[in-house]
Amino acid sequence: MRLEYPTSIKIIRVPCTGKVDLLHLMRAFEMGADGVYVVGCLEGDCHYNSGNFRARKRVEQASRILDTVGIGGDRVQMVNLSSSDGPLFARKAAEMVNRILEAGPNPLKSAKSEEAA
Amino acid sequence: MIVAEKKPIQEIIEEIKTHDSVLILGCNECVTVCEAGGKKEVGVLASALRMYFLNKGRDMRIDEHTLERQCDHEYLDEIREMIDQYDGVVSLACGVGVQFTAEKYTQKPIYPGVNTFFMGVTESRGVWTERCQGCGQCILASTGGICPVSRCAKRILNGPCGGSTTGNCEINKDVACGWQLIIDRLKALGRLDEYEELAPIKDWSTDRAGGPRKVVREDVQS
Repeated sequence: MRLEYPTSIKIIRVPCTGKVDLLHLMRAFEMGADGVYVVGCLEGDCHYNSGNFRARKRVEQASRILDTVGIGGDRVQMVNLSSSDGPLFARKAAEMVNRILEAGPNPLKSAKSEEAA
Repeated sequence: MIVAEKKPIQEIIEEIKTHDSVLILGCNECVTVCEAGGKKEVGVLASALRMYFLNKGRDMRIDEHTLERQCDHEYLDEIREMIDQYDGVVSLACGVGVQFTAEKYTQKPIYPGVNTFFMGVTESRGVWTERCQGCGQCILASTGGICPVSRCAKRILNGPCGGSTTGNCEINKDVACGWQLIIDRLKALGRLDEYEELAPIKDWSTDRAGGPRKVVREDVQS
């Protein structure tokens, strides 16, 4: 298909989105990620039955915490798609990048550079 | 186990905002099982607090440590060498652990990071319910293994009361009537005749009514 998606996205592979922990999401933002989205199988299609549902709950938890600490809960998102749906993967990637471009960079990055200066 | 719930992050921020360095101290026992104050919760809270204060332009040191237990001297001794590095400690242990840490390190402010609720069980993941109120005089032998002190809203010993309807308590239709559970259990055990026996007046002096309690076992004392 030779589809393109934004180069600013770094993919971290996990065996199932159920492996993604709240702590992984938190650490990513603490280390300066501008946004994180978790791409899981379609709901009802999880090979392990509930992995993607668990991931969604953790994403929602992370979103609430990020709102509380002033980073912005919109920076984390859950996406469900079929592993064979390449065009949708590319579209969601572009959507996520646009959403983050609107939100701007992770505010911790400027806070860290001010602290260093 | 002792069941607790995480406090809102905002409440913890208000407690510690005047400090420059804080230790988030978890506990590996009950609060780990009820997912309120174990190593993972320590990591999440510490991460959230670091992000909050950094975003506010504060250079605040927030470190993490989790003890095997906070209700025993031997484990609390582990932090003796490190605790002086911090202005304060947020303990994610139950109220017992918070108090024992505060008793041991009297020069350090210790803040609770969880709200402690009761002694209970994990019914399913994310659902915990009360089973024991520590009355100090266990009567489970005569009630089919179901406790009227913790399962009955009125703690009555010869129930049910008139508020029991279709097996549920009048305080909330989602709360099972403890005495209905007891009767059903005794029936299933073929011991319903025991239900006919009136329970004598309970000695509540072993409960909280007698003030703070103490257990002394000379046979195991060192």
